[in-house]
Amino acid sequence: MRVTAFLTDSTLCIGCKACEVACKEWNEVPDDGFDWSGFSYDNTGSVGHSTWRHVKFVEQAPEAGLGGNDPDLASWTFSSDVCKHCENAGCLEACPTGAIVRTEFGGVFLQPDICNGCGYCVVACPFGVVEKRPGDGRAFKCTFCYDRQKVGLTPACAKACPTESIQFGEIESLRLKAKERVQELHARGMEDATLYDAADSSVGGTHAMFVVRGDPRAYNLPPNPECPTVYLKKAWTSSAVAAALLVGGSLIAFLADRKRPSR
Amino acid sequence: MSNPSPPQDPREERLAEIRREAEREGTVKQRGVRPAGAPFPIASAETGYYGIPLLKEPAWTWQIPLYFFVGGAAGAAAVMGAIANATGADRRLVRDARFIAASGAVLSPALLIADLGRPERFLAMMRVFKPRSPMSMGVWTLLGFSGAASATAFAAFLRGRYGPSLPLRVLENAGEAASLAFGLPFSNYAGVLIGATAIPVWNENAGNLPMHFAASGVGSAVGLLELAGHQKNRALQAIGLGAAIFECWEGYRIESRQLPKLDPLKHGPSGRLVRAGGVLSGPVPLLLRLISGFGKGPRSQNLRRIAGLSAIVGSIITRYAWVQAGHASARDWREPLGNNDKTDG
Ligand code: SF4
Repeated sequence: MRVTAFLTDSTLCIGCKACEVACKEWNEVPDDGFDWSGFSYDNTGSVGHSTWRHVKFVEQAPEAGLGGNDPDLASWTFSSDVCKHCENAGCLEACPTGAIVRTEFGGVFLQPDICNGCGYCVVACPFGVVEKRPGDGRAFKCTFCYDRQKVGLTPACAKACPTESIQFGEIESLRLKAKERVQELHARGMEDATLYDAADSSVGGTHAMFVVRGDPRAYNLPPNPECPTVYLKKAWTSSAVAAALLVGGSLIAFLADRKRPSR
Repeated sequence: MSNPSPPQDPREERLAEIRREAEREGTVKQRGVRPAGAPFPIASAETGYYGIPLLKEPAWTWQIPLYFFVGGAAGAAAVMGAIANATGADRRLVRDARFIAASGAVLSPALLIADLGRPERFLAMMRVFKPRSPMSMGVWTLLGFSGAASATAFAAFLRGRYGPSLPLRVLENAGEAASLAFGLPFSNYAGVLIGATAIPVWNENAGNLPMHFAASGVGSAVGLLELAGHQKNRALQAIGLGAAIFECWEGYRIESRQLPKLDPLKHGPSGRLVRAGGVLSGPVPLLLRLISGFGKGPRSQNLRRIAGLSAIVGSIITRYAWVQAGHASARDWREPLGNNDKTDG
């Protein structure tokens, strides 16, 4: 099976939210976010239990170049966010039921029939993606359209995207394409274009890469995401030390008490 | 291709000026007009995506911090009971410690299952054994502990009722050994559980939380035993002193470290809770225990009971406070963007 990925190119995004709609329809995700968030044309603010694709409307300070060409008008870019499908996925490592698995396509899939709603993946995701759905109690996130990929179809969002801002394909060739795209943008004078892949962190790269203009932080893309398993060693060591202290301390206390004459 | 530049008209220039002013000030002075939603938020490297939280808040109900408390106290009680038994301490103390452990063994799964919403969902926990998942390890520890602690208590009950017999002795001793083995991780794994997460204030303390939670559990187990009538036991007094000293040190550690990541432990509602829990778990019992050491008789015993009670209440508040701090930490968008370094005090 080929290992696949998304490449979301914000320089091509027109903010139409076709990906959000397509995702909801195909995956039968409940509605949410009919209200404006008050931040540009954003509805839900972030990906969540019922928003698996989320178009960010990034209004940055007026600056010629940063997605705008007028020093008087705010620069305005759009970027469709999604689960990163981490190479080392915090949610998958944390899941105590084995509901979250790695598929043959390299994606991270949460099996809703096994999830028991313990909520541990929610605090284990360094990107704030997976979330418990109130009322249902289980956690939900992007499935990478596992069902569609299984029969050779492109994920719904990528298929619906009218500008090919969301591209889908084999991961290595897509990575190459992303680098070429960034170079091309640089050559065209958009020197602030960068590729966001989180490859140099403990996350170890993602199956959802992003080409954005300017600082990825303006898109709420964390510069140093960590897969929480990196903290395990420290924590279990502390647990072992605590256990040793408890046994040692209690032994000494009870033995010393035995030696003394009783009242 | 750039936008056509506006005609060189002073009125056009004036419009641009109004726009700039509205953007900058959030209001236009001339007419006193406040555009809806102004000042307009912007996304930037410094403010992130409009300051919308990047991480998701924990989704646990109130049962979970309470479960942390119950598990901590029960695990520590089981360990102390087993050691008291092995060193030939007072029989009553052993019995009461086992009772606390067994009560925790019943209550803990109940709380955990209540958080899941539907009881049968708990069964999914038993599909896999995942050493890299603290939640999975915790559940297996809980199951082992529950079985061991209740078997011990059950065997002891039967022995009291029908007299000693070999199978009962074997069950009781094996149960106790297993309670000790499971009780140790059970008393502190909650620290690992929240330490190894993406929540900044928790993972910053990953190397410390298990010890902190262990001390909290030990303090409350001692307190429960003292309230159950062991306020004269000197070994318990020593262990309680140790726990209180550790909690004082933990409080000092939290207060003295100047990291913006630790703000939820010091400021806001969660900060107040952490402080309250810390004072009740550390300095208060420490002082009361020290004072009680100078005297004898009912007055000093009462002081010890109060010290125990304070540690129990402190422990409950502490667990709740850390979960609340996790909420506050997840809401702080600056931390995961690495934008707190600049304000580092
Ligand atoms: S982004 Fe979050 S939910 Fe998606 S794979 Fe990574 S850890 Fe899991």
